[in-house]
Amino acid sequence: MTNAPSVQTVNPARPRKRRSSGDRPWTFYVLASLFALYVLALYGPMISIYILSFQDVRGGLVFPMRGFSFYWFNELVMQTRAGDVAGAFKRSICLAALVTVITVVFSFMAGMAFRRRFRGDTIVFYMMIGSLVAPGLVLGIGIGLGFQMLGIPTNWYTSALGAQLSWTLPFGILVMFAVMSRLNGNWEEAARDLGATPAQTTRLVVLPILAPGLVAVALFGFTLSYDEFARTLQTAGSQNTLPLEIWSMTLNVTSPVLYALGTVSTIVSFVIIGISLGMIVLLQRRIAARKSGNQ
Amino acid sequence: MESRVSKGKGDIELAGVAKSYDERTYAVDGINLKIPDGAYCCLLGPSGCGKSTILRMIAGHEDPTVGEILIGGEDVVGLDPVARRTAMMFQSYALFPHLSVRDNVAFSLRVKGMSKAERDRRTEEMMEKVQILEFADRIPSQLSGGQQQRVALARAAITEPRVLLLDEPLSALDEHLRLKMRAELSRMQRALGITFIHVTHTQLEAIALADMVVVMDKGVIRQAGSAREIYAAPKDRYVAEFIGGQNVISGRVRGLGASGARLEGSAFPSVDIPIHAGRRLEDGQSIDIAIRRDEINLLRPGQAGLPGGTTGVEGAIVGVEYQGNFVKVLMNAAGEDEFVAYVPERRFFEDDFHVGDRVFAAWQVEHAHLLV
Repeated sequence: MTNAPSVQTVNPARPRKRRSSGDRPWTFYVLASLFALYVLALYGPMISIYILSFQDVRGGLVFPMRGFSFYWFNELVMQTRAGDVAGAFKRSICLAALVTVITVVFSFMAGMAFRRRFRGDTIVFYMMIGSLVAPGLVLGIGIGLGFQMLGIPTNWYTSALGAQLSWTLPFGILVMFAVMSRLNGNWEEAARDLGATPAQTTRLVVLPILAPGLVAVALFGFTLSYDEFARTLQTAGSQNTLPLEIWSMTLNVTSPVLYALGTVSTIVSFVIIGISLGMIVLLQRRIAARKSGNQ
Repeated sequence: MESRVSKGKGDIELAGVAKSYDERTYAVDGINLKIPDGAYCCLLGPSGCGKSTILRMIAGHEDPTVGEILIGGEDVVGLDPVARRTAMMFQSYALFPHLSVRDNVAFSLRVKGMSKAERDRRTEEMMEKVQILEFADRIPSQLSGGQQQRVALARAAITEPRVLLLDEPLSALDEHLRLKMRAELSRMQRALGITFIHVTHTQLEAIALADMVVVMDKGVIRQAGSAREIYAAPKDRYVAEFIGGQNVISGRVRGLGASGARLEGSAFPSVDIPIHAGRRLEDGQSIDIAIRRDEINLLRPGQAGLPGGTTGVEGAIVGVEYQGNFVKVLMNAAGEDEFVAYVPERRFFEDDFHVGDRVFAAWQVEHAHLLV
């Protein structure tokens, strides 16, 4: 009697059961319809606004749709009833660009600093989180009051910039932490070993490796600033940013010009996101180009 | 900068080197070591023994707390890696992930500000030498482990170092590739003709590659010498057990005579031990002896008399492992939890032993090696 293991072959005559993709459990249908409702609730109102912005002069704030034209977009630019939309838009873009640049630069530097422990690093970190969780409206009022006490006029490019940075910087740094975890200290040491100066190491090794992450931080900075309301409300001074302009319009404008503004600002957001994604794709293309060997 | 670059040879001397990170405990302490120019030296020890710290101090990525590091006869403490003319191959290689193989190799020439034409020529030459020219335009993530190692080697070697420092260079590779790249490292070292210092925790790797093996433990050097010396004549129990291939037994010296002595253990009656000139023994002194596992002969107890000049201990077999060309027999003997004999495969199966059998492990008296 040997107890050597024997190899069993599969019986070819045995029918194999095919699992068809059709027999899904009932929970699938419940969850799928829940998801469909969620998507509808998320995008339905926005899409309604975009559609209603294309009405003609008889248009109202609710369905049914009355005619089709670009009348309200024209109205938006003409500033007859809508206030200084074009100016507010320009200010918002400038402010967002300013916030983006500052956020990227400081987040990068702070991310590098936090890779090593330094005296008081925990306190700095908690203060940063603190400004993230503090109610934006209160923070905005505080900054507004502070400027008033000091006798400095509030303005979108001074007080509002600072108020927005209190929100975008901690966010950017948190994103940077995640990005930095990919940065292995060995790369910098290898660069040093090969004779690179610290500046060369940053330029030739650290920044290129972190580039996609920095684009993500920039995207965050821009979008957070572009639609920031609570912190900007009490700090923007006499000239409105776009979100403030929209808000004031909801109080005194009752025409589809409001919807036209919604449509335009959405398009701008999508363009910005498109540019950012395009940049990330471009960075990856450059690597891909090397892969295929046509350098 | 250029004027500070050393022109000397690649012999290394560490004199009284110690390193402490917290001013209280020492990662390495009292390191004195001379490595001749052009040697292949392996620093061998378990993780955390300080071998990487020594490597990083020679490389210039750490400074010793006390002591001197001399390369080519001059103190290099405080100099940059480039000025020392050392180059390091990092564990898992640290190739720049965003640069092609070509740009990785050319990196040191680029930061030096060399003209593009000259740079390209030198890079091409180096890539040809280590046979990576065919994937020059790939990025590191598209390379196999062995290819990455060659790129790392090329990137380090292009700086024309006099010392190449390798931090666990083979640990990222699978078993098969490790043997292949091991041979390649040895070939490259001979081709470049420079000093290699290789940190590893694998005994076989060190023995196979090194002209000089340095066995370390808890921040101190236990023994430094040729691979054969370390393997055949370990200095103490730690080295013998770490290098492996040895059985170590402890006991007290008895019956000291002109031609020999006996070693009496608590778990075995006594074995004969040889006496060497230059090694003073005293009666009652407790010592360890090492016997190579492949020099042990397994006999059935109660067999007619031991052959002349042999001695041994009795024990029970607790395990038999077939290894292909030999059989590893694990015994419970001489009070050691691991007493092992490597028996040639053919001889083992002439009269095979089974787990639970009583066995007499015999060896030639003069084959026993006296430890400290």
